[in-house]
This record gives sequence, structure tokens and C-alpha cells, in this order.
Amino acid sequence: MKAVTTATAVMGLPLAMAEQVVAAAEKPDNRPPVIWLHFQECTGCSEALLRANHPGIAEVILELINLEYQETLMAGAGHQAEASLENAIKKYAGKYILIVEGSIPKLDNGVCCQIGGKTAMESFKHAAENAAYVINLGACACNGGIVAIEPNPTQAFGAPEFMPEGKPYINLPGCPPNPYNLLSVVLYLLTFGALPELDAQNRPLFAYGRLIHEHCERRPHFDAGRFVREFGSEEHKLGYCLYHMGCKGPETYANCSIIHFNDGAAWPIGTGCPCIGCTEGSVLFKNSLYSLATVAQPTPNANVPTASPEGLGQGATPTQTAFVGAAVGLAVGAGAVYAARLPKEPEDENK
Amino acid sequence: MSHEKEYAVHRAPIFTPTFFVVLLIVLIGFAIIAYRYWMGVGAVSNLSDGWPWGIWLAYDVAVGSAIACGGYVLAITVYIMNKFKYHPMIRSAVLASMFGYALAGFSVIVDIGRYWNAYGFFVPSRWQPNSVMFEVALCIMAYTLILVIEFLPSVFERLGELDKWPKLAKFSRAVYKALDKVLIFIIALGVTLPTMHQSSLGSLYIVMGYKLNALWQTMFLPLLFLGNAVLMGFSIVAFETVLSARQLKRPFEKEIVSLSRVIPYVVAFWIIVRFISVTVSGAWGEAFSMSWLSLYFWLEIILIAIAGYIIFATEYGKSQSGLFLSAMLLLIGGGMYRFGVYIVGFDPGPEWLAYFPSISEFMITVSLIALEVLGYMVLVKLVPVLPNMSAHGAKTK
Repeated sequence: MKAVTTATAVMGLPLAMAEQVVAAAEKPDNRPPVIWLHFQECTGCSEALLRANHPGIAEVILELINLEYQETLMAGAGHQAEASLENAIKKYAGKYILIVEGSIPKLDNGVCCQIGGKTAMESFKHAAENAAYVINLGACACNGGIVAIEPNPTQAFGAPEFMPEGKPYINLPGCPPNPYNLLSVVLYLLTFGALPELDAQNRPLFAYGRLIHEHCERRPHFDAGRFVREFGSEEHKLGYCLYHMGCKGPETYANCSIIHFNDGAAWPIGTGCPCIGCTEGSVLFKNSLYSLATVAQPTPNANVPTASPEGLGQGATPTQTAFVGAAVGLAVGAGAVYAARLPKEPEDENK
Repeated sequence: MSHEKEYAVHRAPIFTPTFFVVLLIVLIGFAIIAYRYWMGVGAVSNLSDGWPWGIWLAYDVAVGSAIACGGYVLAITVYIMNKFKYHPMIRSAVLASMFGYALAGFSVIVDIGRYWNAYGFFVPSRWQPNSVMFEVALCIMAYTLILVIEFLPSVFERLGELDKWPKLAKFSRAVYKALDKVLIFIIALGVTLPTMHQSSLGSLYIVMGYKLNALWQTMFLPLLFLGNAVLMGFSIVAFETVLSARQLKRPFEKEIVSLSRVIPYVVAFWIIVRFISVTVSGAWGEAFSMSWLSLYFWLEIILIAIAGYIIFATEYGKSQSGLFLSAMLLLIGGGMYRFGVYIVGFDPGPEWLAYFPSISEFMITVSLIALEVLGYMVLVKLVPVLPNMSAHGAKTK
């Protein structure tokens, strides 16, 4: 109950909805079947989930979801495991949630990553075709992540590249992503049977709707111009803004600044490490860790006029100069003529 | 001394031909402002990201608020220097200041690109109290309110004389008495706030760093802006006094001659600080480089110096004509100094072309000035603002 209430709050749903979420989570046969595939990755996303305590991983897999296949957590191995995966896909066809962790290589028909003799591409396509929803967990599964850094030796891509046409999917980028965002998405799917509101990159808006910069605990330092210029300096110890150390918070959409990691204990910027932009495919490992972030100005609503005039300035044109010059000249001239017509005898106050 | 006798309503028709001409200019300007809100700030102005502050900030805020310092300098003279001889002039000065400041605040709202975020200024959780701009904004807003309160006694005095609505009149007299008691605290604030934000208007450009030419960039900017505000405050009092006596066909208020005696000393102080600042910045080479900027620099100093000389050393400076001329020179020179800091000496960098106000941008500024004139013309005919000359002549003897 408590865990679900927390998750409800994370999703930004009204507290009254918690009951609905609890009801959905508690129906005995309603635990959603989940198949979890690992490809080219470090298992950090799973590790992050294991670190969550509200709820703990035991609660998650025993009470909230029906985890059918997860290579890190399952007891079985080898052919036994493969069989259980096949069984689950058949048994829950069209009903299960597929969670993908890791990128998928394309090089030489995907020989770089094979499990049980099948390439990652094959496994993913097979599992995704029968899934109700696909959740791409982590930077690798969403954009290729660290595996896809230039020169990308395995030709790795994120799962969306291989997504069957029309399959509803959701991206939860991050390195690792916050486990509570995953949990919230799973519970949302369970409760409403539909995807939450998504942004242009298929990320849930409740978690990725705002820049880290907007809610950063060091934001006042940014606004006041108090910056760390060197690691280990006095400013660094005082917790000043990390923008000049390459912090990507101003261009990274994520809720890390609100919901920290390790059960709320810590997050990178909180420990004095600049944000690396791990939820942004165009930032993480694309820009240097120490390059300055582009401070994104939230684009004004469509119903208000543009606030940034284009162009590099406008010098004087003859018409403008003539107009302004005439007006100013007229005023000064009028003043001078006026002064000339005024009495020129000294005024004696005591008269 | 009885306040009722000190000021009088100027009895004259409100709807004169001048009224309609000025009203027309105001209407044109506000039509452009409406268009600006509809189409964005780029549609009517030549502002860009490199030149975000143009004539609206340079004239309406920087120069406009300095011109509106008449109320400030008179409050210092009357209440701090204890020269109650000048008390009869204070209401008209406060009225002009009120319009000047209210329109400075208004032009900021016209200027800011994302005006729909402006409400954040009234939400304390959105404040950033370390910002110079915040200090300026808060002080200007607070001072506008103070000026309105300082002006209220004349409104209530007028309402208290109305026989048509006895209840309103009785209420107004009560409010008038209550206001009279607290007014001294309001005036104290009214002296403090401009001291703070007039200097901060200069600090705003310390923050601009190397973007401001060395002739203007100095740590003395706050002091120079404050001195400049005092200078322009005294000038506008003299200017308005001569002008309103002439235009409203009233006797000339001779106190202004002795009040203006202080101007040359402020001029001398200001020019000395200005020269010290150029010396400290090591900008004398730039000053004699005969570039356009250096000529501008000298012109602004010469205009101010000539005005100081006329008042200090000539008999002509004691005449209406001399006072008017030197006040005008001071306003132009002082205004040039502020324009120098805000636009002329400002260079955002080689990638930005230039800035010159567009015609519609200029018209908005002109219309705000017209609104100021209009408000002054109408209000002096509605409420007792100008000195009551009949009672007044007897008193100063």
C-alpha cells in the first residue's frame, strides 16, 4: 500500500487515485507478466532496481509484477531458461510487458550479441511482436548508450530502431534510470491499460517533462553566478553550481533533481559530480563531459508571441535617423527658441 | 502652516487643443504597444539578443526615472535640509515623479520579451535577491507606490471640499488627517528608495563588464548615476517651474532661483567624480582619440559644465530664460550620460551589428512622454497641486 502510494505520487496522479492503483495492483491474477531481456549492457539498470527499497525488489517481483524471465534474477539457466522464455511468450502472448535493457548490434547480422544461438535482433523482434507494451530501460536500450559511442564497433542501436511497426513503447533513458520511474510506468500500465502521456522521444512526461536545471538544488547558485571552476576547490566544497564543470543539467530532461537514487539518498549533482546528460541521446557521450551545456530556454507557448527577435541587430536606416533626428531636433530647437523668448532679467526673490 | 491655503486647483478648461494633440500621440503609441503584445517584441523594435535593452530602457527607465527625481531632490531639500520655504513646490514635483516612475515601470513591461512571466515579480518564492536588476525593479515598484501615497493628500484634500457628497467629503477629511500623520515615514522611505535604485541603475552596467566602453565603465557608476539623478532632479524642477508658469499663465515662483543655486556645486562634484573615474579606468587615451565615442563623451561633459557655469557666474542664470536654458542643457547632458552608458558606449561584441531604435519603437517612447504630459496637465486642473500664489506671496515675505 505504502509502496503504491509512493508510486502514485511519482506518476503525479492525485492521491485519491492511490486506491484505484492499489486495487489494480492487488487483484490476485492481475499481476502483469513481465519479460525482461538483457542485451549489450552493464546490468546497471537492474542493479538500480535492486537498490530500491520502497518497494524492495522482493515485493516488486512477488507482489506487484509476475516476472517471467530476467537473466540476472532467475534461478534457471541454459536450455531450461530458454524454454521458460518461450513458454512465457506463448502463454501471455499480447498481454505481457517487455522490458529491454541494453543496445542491439547490427554488425554482420548481429553476431556480436547472441543468447542461446539467437542474435539479439531475433530475440528482441520475437519477444516484441507478442508484447502488449515495450519498455526500453536505460540509455543503451533507448539510444544505444555507451555501447554506441563512435566508432560504434558493433553497430549498436537502441531498441526503437528495431521496434515492430505500431507497437506501443515507452523510453526510460538514464544511466541508470531511476527505478521508481520504471515502477511507476508499470503500475500506470496496470491501472489504466494505456501508456502515460509521452514526449516527442516517447519518454513519460511525469518523469521527463522538466529540465534537471529547473529543480536543481544548486540552481540558486547558478542564478547568482556562483560557480565551481575547479574540482576540489573551495567553491566545490561550498556546493556551488557545476555548470562550468560541464554539468548538462540545463539541457537534460529528467526528474533526478526531485527523486534521487539509492532510495533518495544521493544523486550525481548532490555529490558534486556534474550531470552528464544520460537521459538525452543527443548529449550523453556525444558532447564532451566538460563542455558547456546549451542553456535551453523553455520555448514559449504557441499562444504567445515570440520573445527572441531574430537577427543580429539593426543599425540606423536613413528614414529612422531622419525621423528620430527630426523629432529630437524639433524638441531641442523648440526649447532653445522658448528660452530665447523668456524674460532675461534676473528674478529677485525678495521683490 | 495650513495646507489648505498652500496649494490651489488651477482653474482652467481641461479640453484644450493641446490636450487633443497630446492625446492623439498617446493613442498612436498605445496602438503600437497593443501590436507589440500581439506580434512579439521583434515586430515593432530593432532589439536583438545582443541589444536587449534599447531606447525603452535607456530613455523611459534610465533617463525617465532620473527626470522623475524632482520629487526626490525636493523631499531632501525640504525635509532633510529643513528648507520649508520650498514646500509649496513639492506637490507638482511629486506628481511629475509619480508619472515618471509609473511609466518607467510600465515601459519595462513593454520591454520584457516574455511579459507573461512578469507576474513572477510579485511571487516572493520566485525572487532572486542577489540580483541587481531585482533590486532596481523592487525599488522602482516600491517607490512608485510611495509616490502615489505622497500624492494622495492632494486628492483627498480636493474630495474633502466637495459639497455634493457630504459623506465622501467627511471620509476624505478623515483620511487626509490620518495620512498627514504617517506621511513623514512614507517620505523617509521616499528619500531612501531612489538613493538605492538610482545607484543600482549604474550597477546594472558594472555587471556588463567589458561590453561597456572604458570611458563609461567604472566602479564609480553607482555614485555617478546617483549624482546625475540629483542633478537632473533639480533641473527638471527648474524646467517645469518656468514652463508651467508660462504655459498655465501663472505668476513665476521665484523660489526656484535660490533653489537652483545648488546646481553648480552638484555639477562640480559630478564632473570631478567623472574625471576621477576616467583616470582610474585609464581611459584618457580613449577620451582624446577623437573617435565618435570620445566626442560624445566631451559633449555630455561640456553641456553639463556650461549649464553649471551659467547658473553660477552669470546674472542671466537668475532669469527665467537663463534658468530654462541651463536646465535644458543639464537635462540633455545628463540624459546623454545615461544614453552613453545604456546604448552609445555599449557594444555586445563583434557578432552583433548595431542598434538604432525603429520608428515604432521611438513612437512608443514619445507616447509615454506624451502620457506623462497629459496626466500632469489634467491633474493640476483637478486637484490642488500647484502653489496657491495669492496666499503664497504673502507668506514668503
